[in-house]
Amino acid sequence: MKVTIDGQSIEVEPGTTILQAARMIGGESVPPAMCYYSKLKGSGGKCRCCLVEVTKGSDADTRPMPKLMASCVTGVMDGMEVKSITSERVLDARKSVTEFLLINHPLDCPVCDQAGECDLQNLSFKHGSANTRYIEDRRTFEPENIGDNIQLHMNRCILCYRCVMTADQLTDNRVHGVLNRGDHAQISTYISKAIDNEFSGNMIDVCPVGALTDKTFRFKSRVWFNKPYNAHRDCDKCCGKTTLWMFGDEIQRVTARKDEYHEVEEFICNECRFEHKDPADWVIEGPRKFEKNSVINQNNYTRDMKPVKIETEKNILLGRDEDRKKISMSEVPLKGQEKKEFKEGNV
Amino acid sequence: MAIETISLSGKKKEVSNKKMNFWESLYLIAIFKGLMITIKHLFKRKVTIKYPEQTRSLSPVYRGQHTLMRDDEGRERCTACGLCALSCPAEAITMKAAERKPEEKHLYREEKYAEIYEINMLRCIFCGLCEEACPKQAIYLTKSRTMVKAQTDREDFIYGKDKLVMPLDMAIKNTQNQAAN
Repeated sequence: MKVTIDGQSIEVEPGTTILQAARMIGGESVPPAMCYYSKLKGSGGKCRCCLVEVTKGSDADTRPMPKLMASCVTGVMDGMEVKSITSERVLDARKSVTEFLLINHPLDCPVCDQAGECDLQNLSFKHGSANTRYIEDRRTFEPENIGDNIQLHMNRCILCYRCVMTADQLTDNRVHGVLNRGDHAQISTYISKAIDNEFSGNMIDVCPVGALTDKTFRFKSRVWFNKPYNAHRDCDKCCGKTTLWMFGDEIQRVTARKDEYHEVEEFICNECRFEHKDPADWVIEGPRKFEKNSVINQNNYTRDMKPVKIETEKNILLGRDEDRKKISMSEVPLKGQEKKEFKEGNV
Repeated sequence: MAIETISLSGKKKEVSNKKMNFWESLYLIAIFKGLMITIKHLFKRKVTIKYPEQTRSLSPVYRGQHTLMRDDEGRERCTACGLCALSCPAEAITMKAAERKPEEKHLYREEKYAEIYEINMLRCIFCGLCEEACPKQAIYLTKSRTMVKAQTDREDFIYGKDKLVMPLDMAIKNTQNQAAN
């Protein structure tokens, strides 16, 4: 099946969604996604961030689709033409969606541990406006303790359901879900039952905002002060491939490796994530790279830096050859010592 | 006029090596002229002041020692978000965050606060980028109205929270002034 996104064509398998096709092309035209997660079945279709304009339905039915489509749940048709970033309507819709997502999201990025790797922060930086038009009180919840390892900030939640699906699909008996409806909907565990599942920590990685964060990393550092390294260890429960966030020789936190769309490559177990904070437990492979303009790259050098050798030393000390000729006044000859110093320098 | 003879700065003087006459070669007139200039300056207003007993008034945009501000209720504004340290081109700022306990609500404004906040004044170039980056309006270089004093020990230039946080009485005075206005 041939699909054209922003003028770039690609052949894809039947059943691929527009978002997946866009990610195969890559670049600017990939729609942002807050709820869709390629590793979780049934995710997507909730946040409406990935709206795109379908200007031509297919070869068989060339009419454009009247409304903007959520690209993460719309399958491609043969000959479909899609406008993502080139469409004025799409950019306008993303701006509005961002504004809606931010209505109830608290402005506590300075406090939040997710800041710097937050999808909502990136989205609002790209598509949002700096001001809010919302004057009503924001939705707030009583803080709730859901265990020793995971910190829940319900105020920050955008109800993407990613964590619920993680709990559904990765762990054998789900202990948390969404309670209540509409404006009162919230992520919670049943009667404050602690999440003690072996893979429950993946909810932290999956969460696009700072609603679920690592309690062992709480307020320890900001993500951009840590140096991320790829590391692995032998684990009988999971693949053991992780990213270590180091500050000096100290492991501040352990996360799964995330790709360019901030989706984990492989899920890791709680033992790897929370219990191994000693560098001796890990085999460090090397620094982890991030997209060029990520704040995490701040002060990080991901390649070997060779010592700089200044080649101009001779010129600095002695000046250029042609200048030296000009300065040396022929009528005032230099003395023997002076001449030696002038030629060879006295350093 | 030729370019060589034009004085663009107005200070160009023609020099000549003409021979001095007898009076000139005694230098008495020249010495007297010089003394007159010295005596004239004795009766002029002094341009120096007795620092540090006296200080000059600072311009409103002057950038001196940093202050970590308190809010109207005397709580520290800083939440240790790290943006000042991130923006600092000289990497002079370091901090360590801590979580506020329920009984410390009157001390710190937000859930998180800076347990340790240090500025190395030897590194600081007083560019004011930290002030610009601060999302909580917590750090200011214009509020302390003091300059960083000279020290003899390098260690003394690392200013901790004891020197940086705005004194409580100053915060109280500010709040009273605001209430009066």
